Amino acid sequence: MATTLEARRPGSRLKWRNTMLGWSFILPNFLGFAVLTLVPVIALFYIAFTNWNAFGTADWVGLANFQRMVGDKSFLVALSNTVYYTVFHIPLTLGLSLALALLLNRKMRGVAFFRTAAFFPYVTSIVAIAVVWNMLFSPESGPINQFLTMVGVSNPPGWTTSADWSMPAVILVGTWREMGYYMLLFLAGLQTIPPELYEAARVDGASAWQRFRNITVPCLRPTTFFITVMLTIGSFKVFDLILVMTNGGPGQSTLVLSQYIYTKGFVENQLGYASSVSIVLFLICISITVVQFLVNKRSEA
Amino acid sequence: MAITTAVRPIPEIGSPLPRRRPRSTKKTVGRVLGYVALGLAAAGVLLPFFWMVMSSLKTNNAVFSVPIQWIPETFVWSNYVDIWQKSDMSTWLKNTMVLSLAVTALQLLTGSFAAYGFSKVRFPGRDVLFLVYVGTIAVPWQAYMIPQFILMSKLHLSNTLWSIVALQAFGAFGVFLMKQFYETVPEELSEAARIDGLSEYGIYRRIILPLSVPALASLTLLTFVNTWNDYLGPLIYLRDPNLWTIQLGLKSFVSQYNAEYALIMTGSVLSVLPIAIIFMVGQRYFVEGIATSGLKG
Repeated sequence: MATTLEARRPGSRLKWRNTMLGWSFILPNFLGFAVLTLVPVIALFYIAFTNWNAFGTADWVGLANFQRMVGDKSFLVALSNTVYYTVFHIPLTLGLSLALALLLNRKMRGVAFFRTAAFFPYVTSIVAIAVVWNMLFSPESGPINQFLTMVGVSNPPGWTTSADWSMPAVILVGTWREMGYYMLLFLAGLQTIPPELYEAARVDGASAWQRFRNITVPCLRPTTFFITVMLTIGSFKVFDLILVMTNGGPGQSTLVLSQYIYTKGFVENQLGYASSVSIVLFLICISITVVQFLVNKRSEA
Repeated sequence: MAITTAVRPIPEIGSPLPRRRPRSTKKTVGRVLGYVALGLAAAGVLLPFFWMVMSSLKTNNAVFSVPIQWIPETFVWSNYVDIWQKSDMSTWLKNTMVLSLAVTALQLLTGSFAAYGFSKVRFPGRDVLFLVYVGTIAVPWQAYMIPQFILMSKLHLSNTLWSIVALQAFGAFGVFLMKQFYETVPEELSEAARIDGLSEYGIYRRIILPLSVPALASLTLLTFVNTWNDYLGPLIYLRDPNLWTIQLGLKSFVSQYNAEYALIMTGSVLSVLPIAIIFMVGQRYFVEGIATSGLKG
């Protein structure tokens, strides 16, 4: 830290010099960041209270947009679908990525290869993934339903063509894509646990489950917390996967909040109303992060 | 989950031989179960890719044949020739390449530079400002894409490649990742350079930058892949087909030729191929980048 610099030559002149110096480093990035991220985030809170529709003028309408939202059936469908996705996607991904990490944390041949392989879906583009899975899910002769028929499922689901099964299909693909990434985070967390703990527990006669329950889980708490926050935000803003895989359909069965914002804003040009839906998304993500942060702090204490 | 085999050391007095035998069988069972689980997981992850590549080499009718053809009867390599004629693949790939390179260069330059300011220079307001940076990482882009679009339109950037450059190049992520790395560089190095009369810019260029090559490599790969794969940004900003990226192009190709299954797979393979190569070559840096930052942009 440059504290040493300050200590050596104290004075407000130095402070001023350091401020100029610091800003000179930050400015090139900050200009872009401020214009393209900070200003839009702040502007969002103004536009959401107007009736802006891209052509007309933006008039202040107070809370009218939010009142409209309460009675907007499509919005409520989008909200509940987003919650549906989140409720299943988080525990599934959490469980699978932790299981994979535990599996890979052992000394086995092929582990390094698998670590790479499991991460690959995460760096593959959503479009390619959605296209491939859509074909795999194809109801008549897609490989997945052929497999299901083979193992004795007489009436395999219609997946993305069925209103009941489209969301599970999307959740499956979302989990498949992301689990490798979170597995890496879990692996990093597992490697920080001192092996002496397990050694000691073994000497005391603790079973594998007891060791998992009393050593692995508590030691992984910071990692698990971080992953849960990331997963929550990720699930609530799920968008491109759905847009390419199902486009919200069939019907509105996979319509999610982000897509609703997109449709209202960019297709129907209701910028004011779309912004107020954005605020709901924003508040959900922020408040869940804060709540999880508080819970984590309390259980640490 | 047969993850760790429980072997309780039984406090017995007998000879060590009979004690060792059950342990080794139990261990073998555990190993076998471990490999079975690993094999299943690997199949689950990789089969879709395998199917994609194999389907790209089939005739159109063979893609959905019953039963599943894992290996095509005849390899239709001509798919990889036809796709260039049926689609604007070359334009899309060129646009995507230009964008990915420009964004990566800018992100590296401004990100590493700003991170130096946040990490090595102490001035009032610095920590608050950094908190704002990190805070916006938690704000979903979907929540502010509308005001951002309005702003870009006012700046006459929408429907130009510049919009995507602007969108991706100044992310807080690069600053965050580089700062995390700089914190691990011992201060004594910069201190020694300072005594030798090197300016802060000199320290950044001659000391910190050469030391942070691994972090720069991670940031390069993550940014490049992220820009290459981005679908939503181009979807909103690039209306003109001449400006389309590979993701937009592939999506439009799928809707235009929705029954040309084999060709669709060919296009998908081509869109993934550059990323696959980059990933194979630099996977170490991907993993390190994720481990230092904990998140991807």
